[in-house]
Amino acid sequence: MASIFQGVGAATSLDTKKFQLSSLRSVTGRKASCVVMRSGGAKMDGGSNQISGRADQLVTNAVATKADTPAASTASKPGHELLLFEALREGLEEEMERDARVCVMGEDVGHYGGSYKVTKGLAEKYGDLRVLDTPIAENSFTGMGIGAAMTGLRPIIEGMNMGFLLLAFNQISNNCGMLHYTSGGQFKIPVVIRGPGGVGRQLGAEHSQRLESYFQSIPGIQMVACSTPYNAKGLMKAAIRSDNPVILFEHVLLYNLKERIPDEEYVLNLEEAEMVRPGEHVTILTYSRMRYHVMQAAKTLVNKGYDPEVIDIRSLKPFDLYTIGNSIKKTHRVLIVEECMRTGGIGASLTAAITENFHDYLDAPIMCLSSQDVPTPYAGTLEEWTVVQPPQIVAAVEQLCR
Amino acid sequence: MATFFLSKSHKLIMHNLKSTKLLTFGVTNHTSSVANSLLSSHFLHTRSRPPLPNDAGFSRCFATVSSGRRSHTAVSFSDDVDQDQLSTEAPLQQELNFPGGKVKFTPNKLFTSGSSAERTQCYRVLNENGQLLIDSDSLKISKEVAVKMYRDMVTLQVMDTIFYEAQRQGRISFYLTTIGEEAINIASAAALSHNDFVFPQYREPGVLLWRGFTLQEFANQLFGNKYDQGKGRQMPIHYGSKKLNYITVSSTVATQIPHAVGAAYSLKMEKQDACTITYFGDGGSSTGDFHAGLNFSAVMEAPVIFFCRNNGWAISTPITDQLRSDGIVVRGKAYGIPSIRVDGNDALAIYSAVYEARKLAIEKQTPVLIEALTYRAGHHSTSDDSTKYRPADEIEWWRDGQNPVKRFRTWVENNGWWNDQVESEHRSNIRKQLSQAIQAAERVEKPPVADMFNDVYDVLPKNLNEQEVSLREHVKKHPQEYPSNVAV
Repeated sequence: MASIFQGVGAATSLDTKKFQLSSLRSVTGRKASCVVMRSGGAKMDGGSNQISGRADQLVTNAVATKADTPAASTASKPGHELLLFEALREGLEEEMERDARVCVMGEDVGHYGGSYKVTKGLAEKYGDLRVLDTPIAENSFTGMGIGAAMTGLRPIIEGMNMGFLLLAFNQISNNCGMLHYTSGGQFKIPVVIRGPGGVGRQLGAEHSQRLESYFQSIPGIQMVACSTPYNAKGLMKAAIRSDNPVILFEHVLLYNLKERIPDEEYVLNLEEAEMVRPGEHVTILTYSRMRYHVMQAAKTLVNKGYDPEVIDIRSLKPFDLYTIGNSIKKTHRVLIVEECMRTGGIGASLTAAITENFHDYLDAPIMCLSSQDVPTPYAGTLEEWTVVQPPQIVAAVEQLCR
Repeated sequence: MATFFLSKSHKLIMHNLKSTKLLTFGVTNHTSSVANSLLSSHFLHTRSRPPLPNDAGFSRCFATVSSGRRSHTAVSFSDDVDQDQLSTEAPLQQELNFPGGKVKFTPNKLFTSGSSAERTQCYRVLNENGQLLIDSDSLKISKEVAVKMYRDMVTLQVMDTIFYEAQRQGRISFYLTTIGEEAINIASAAALSHNDFVFPQYREPGVLLWRGFTLQEFANQLFGNKYDQGKGRQMPIHYGSKKLNYITVSSTVATQIPHAVGAAYSLKMEKQDACTITYFGDGGSSTGDFHAGLNFSAVMEAPVIFFCRNNGWAISTPITDQLRSDGIVVRGKAYGIPSIRVDGNDALAIYSAVYEARKLAIEKQTPVLIEALTYRAGHHSTSDDSTKYRPADEIEWWRDGQNPVKRFRTWVENNGWWNDQVESEHRSNIRKQLSQAIQAAERVEKPPVADMFNDVYDVLPKNLNEQEVSLREHVKKHPQEYPSNVAV
């Protein structure tokens, strides 16, 4: 299971150069680019673990380390195995070690170690002030983090559940997103706001919110969603190093995922999407937990003779339209699979962005599978039907590829 | 026999307590001093900070806190407690060490009253006639500082008048005056150091003035031209200056309170010899952020000064509709914060209180609450006509009778440091500077289109770049539809 998810990035960097050669808007150009793609290594997988820095259009805020090392497979470097929440912690700890201004604040993050144990052991190591337990006042401790950031620290604000961040919306929208701009660039707010969200196992409606899209419009913030231990650690580090406020969405059900990650230090790019499975027939865009449903569906689809290309978009704001666009230009069919609600969800926004930019390349209307527009029910079966399930994905692909 | 029985059951209880690691209670038996001393050695709620075992669970000590703190942990009974001593008398609990500390019991069913017969007294050293109420030797203010204070209060007054009129003339879109609160603005700023971070609400431009913000800089912000520190992105009076450690005003009420606490936290982490100060009004004290900010600052022992400008009005809401406590000063006690009520029209009292508060905050690493009682003698803003909800003669009474500028002037003049001629010179000088500043600011170009898109992030992202390019092209194609004083 783990090795599939490590197929990353190298493919896209190769595509870059080849893409610039071919003309993009004509029909012939399209065909030409397809050919180029196929020979160029679209089928490459299990390549390097490291996303090499692409010095082209996308602004790489995070340092992509060791960009010049040749693509090496995981097998040659031993790495170490850990669970996703441990990967988050490792990334956090490395950054706290590296920069004394990095601090954590949130409910029960200190000696309790965090409700999902992401900050376990940090309070003992760095002290109560650097790993700060806050009273139950999300708006206020988010505000505190903003104030601390404006005066020199780099706080990581943990929401016990992303749903609780709704209480902090005022500070996030009005101050976090705005103050760098309204102060004329004088004050910067390098905070990371992170926490678990998404639908879990019968946690009830208030604790099963999928509210990435609520924050998507806020100007001034970036949003990323992690899905594997590898990208969790890399994104955590990138978010901490970024001078912009970043919201890092984790998922309650993914904390115990196990994967082997490299020993050496790596930081991922906040604005890059991850190529999970290169393919030819259809582009499936997904993020967070739905990635796993998609990969499960992909197995079925492969057995049925389809070749889906699966991209974990990772960056929810801004979208990595470069990677997405390349894929669409190849496959001409798009399926978005998300956990967000149908109305006003990330998928809705992505559909609009794709239509605006890549309409000419589509052979079929964009399909978007989202969760139902209902509060998450408690009953197990109902909860399951609220989110997108693999059979639905298989059916959607079959329909798209008719 | 009875003794034996008691001690056995006691053993059982203790065993259960120990094995389940419950938070055990403290038992104080005032009739047995021996038991007392034995027990008290187990209860770590003294003022010193002994190291606690990890499974005590509830204790936390900040390594950097120098002042003593009470830990509310109770430790489970250890084996060397003398069982027999405990079991000789049935202990009568006079008090109990609950989580949070020892509390005495009483059989009197007494609800504390919501209000006290007498209100908290107000600290004042200069009476309404400008006469000192205390020994002048105990005043720690130099002539230079006092004269600068008065000078800046006058500047602020003139600035308010002229900018207000500029708004009425349609030259700027909005303005907010500080009439009646000049002493609060200037005197509090004078008592701080430039390293102290200021988190304003919006009625504190005097703090910027004191620190050196020029009249031209004020005008540039009001006109939103390209020299504005904020690059024309905020509406008027939303000043900010990183150089002067004055965080940009944000319209949202009281959101700056937790910011100030967070900044104080960062100062504490870095052990700086500085504090933060945040200003808010009586209305702002009703918000959730006020509550959590004060509460948390006390828990964290953060060096922050909470300065409440209780001017009696939140737009049209009078104080009696805003709260029913004895103002805001009594709330400090509720959070465990040292507090003081000050005459907001008395520049010397404010100076002295803030000076002391700053010392307290930094040396003792504690938040401090200051409530300055005053009156909002002007309208809420240029969008408001306060005669609609309060009598004009009331406004006049405060504006003229309790005028902080006049009062301070009397004292400064009586010291021989000021006179009529200097006054009129200063006022006309400022008026001239202001009118020049306004004219200059009006003529300056507005910020370019590029400034609309940068600083949203640290580096311009692709989508914003596209939007900017697209907008530029559009404006270039239709120049007649767009103002000419904006660089594209």
